[in-house]
Amino acid sequence: MTSDRALLEIAALNGACAAALDSGRLEDWPGFFLDTCLYKITTVDNLARGYQAGLIYADSRSMLEDRIAALRQANIYERQRYRHILGMPAIVEEADGSVAAETSFVVVRTMRDGQMTIFAAGVYLDKLRRSGAGAWRYAERIVACDSQRIDTLLAIPL
Amino acid sequence: MDQSPHDPPLGSWPLGLTRVPFWVYRDADAARDEQTRIFEGPSWHFLCLDIDVPETGDYRTTAMGAMPVVVVRTETGEIVAFENRCAHRGSLICLDDSGSVKDFQCVYHAWRYDLRGNLTSVAFRRGVNGQGGMPDDFRMDAHGPRKLRTAVLCGLVFGTLATDGPDLESTIGPAVLARMQRVLHKKIEVIGRFTQQLPCNWKLYMENVRDTYHASLLHTFFTTFQITRLSQGGGVMVGENGVAHASTTLAAAKGPDDSYAGMRADNRGFQLRDPSFLNAVHEFDDTINLQIVSVFPGFILQQIHNALAVRQIVPRGVDSMDLHWTYLGFADDTPDLRAMRLKQGNLAGPAGFVSMEDGAVGGFVQRGIAAANGQAAVVEMGGATAEGAETRATEASVRGFWKAWRTEMGV
Repeated sequence: MTSDRALLEIAALNGACAAALDSGRLEDWPGFFLDTCLYKITTVDNLARGYQAGLIYADSRSMLEDRIAALRQANIYERQRYRHILGMPAIVEEADGSVAAETSFVVVRTMRDGQMTIFAAGVYLDKLRRSGAGAWRYAERIVACDSQRIDTLLAIPL
Repeated sequence: MDQSPHDPPLGSWPLGLTRVPFWVYRDADAARDEQTRIFEGPSWHFLCLDIDVPETGDYRTTAMGAMPVVVVRTETGEIVAFENRCAHRGSLICLDDSGSVKDFQCVYHAWRYDLRGNLTSVAFRRGVNGQGGMPDDFRMDAHGPRKLRTAVLCGLVFGTLATDGPDLESTIGPAVLARMQRVLHKKIEVIGRFTQQLPCNWKLYMENVRDTYHASLLHTFFTTFQITRLSQGGGVMVGENGVAHASTTLAAAKGPDDSYAGMRADNRGFQLRDPSFLNAVHEFDDTINLQIVSVFPGFILQQIHNALAVRQIVPRGVDSMDLHWTYLGFADDTPDLRAMRLKQGNLAGPAGFVSMEDGAVGGFVQRGIAAANGQAAVVEMGGATAEGAETRATEASVRGFWKAWRTEMGV
């Protein structure tokens, strides 16, 4: 079984990743992923039906960096912030230095006028490996949203 | 809806197609009239894909404006559609997005319908122990949900409540029909479904779709990477009745292009670290990079490089609407082409590098016009008519939208 230490490290990674998004340090977010990775935002229904497409689909860390650069320099959206509330990771598989973990999340979005909504809830389906430096990083993060409905737009990643 | 005593009544309209009074996006009476005259009127409405209901008894639920609709494949292989409303007390007949049935049974009092929406049995019709039950003169064939006329075109199922009137193909017209056939020319496959809830009147979104003028100005991403610039080749076509439109952008000519110099959208400092997703696979036999087709009131077909999708507009009251995205691939996609579609999915949809702004801009208008019932939008780019053009620096297809809308609404 997974050591308590690995569980704690993965929970800490999840927390640090969410904190980067929630505090607006978007440029730090791609650093939580390996160079070659898969990041996809989709829904529980799409996964159940075997539909491959995502709202965001990136198969390299560079694409995640591009997503942040576009949000900073190109895209138009109203000022907003997220607050991630994360569950305890459930370790579902562990083999050859790779760990699969599932972590529930809720994201509350606050708009510039103060309007708050539960923007998304769902589960992170993660595959993690240690980077060259020994720290856990996401090799794959499938963001499975419970709802297929997105209010207005999805700018900041989940 | 807040109404000021100065609101012009429905029917008062500026001359010509170049002004659109703002009350038309805010007025509850207008929205009620649209439900009757457009969504339950003679217009053709996109319902679903024919592959959504491949086998006998497969159904999919959808909507025509406020009206819930169920689409079904019958025993003869035909696709039919009827109002998703039990003739008894009005409950929904189908409760899920899709499924497969032998027949339909309302959960409330177990009234049954065949696959065509005909009422076939009424629970306890003869009563119990000789008591109760329906009157002897109750005729099942006099009761049932409203049935639609359906048409399947390029794998798309459309429906209308109008029992007569022009067929779908002639409503769309041959020019735009050819643009649809260009994309939907072989067996398609669904690769994703998402719903985007937009904080605006549905017409603002459809105008945005038809507005070829804004795309390269609002969407920096388009302009910077020369996916679409007005200085690239292409144009817009609008059917005679205004119902259908198609806009195209050709691949960029080589060499420098200074037509956007100084505009916000010309953001030359912005470089992609991983531009691999813009290496589009050349899959159609022409040089068209981007093609958008729309059919009034609520259907859109998108080809942005290899990112294919259909979008359906469903109004939700005066100032809200649902946009249903169905991402498509072809059944015979190679792994490389499918991978490219998935990556180019980043361009469109609720999180699209390009489309996310379209999700917000209708809301900016809806909020901006909150006190402007007496004023009107200016739609004069490219002249005053709704004819096609060899340029996209025009609002001709927006004027075409209003041509179709005014015809249906009798305004």
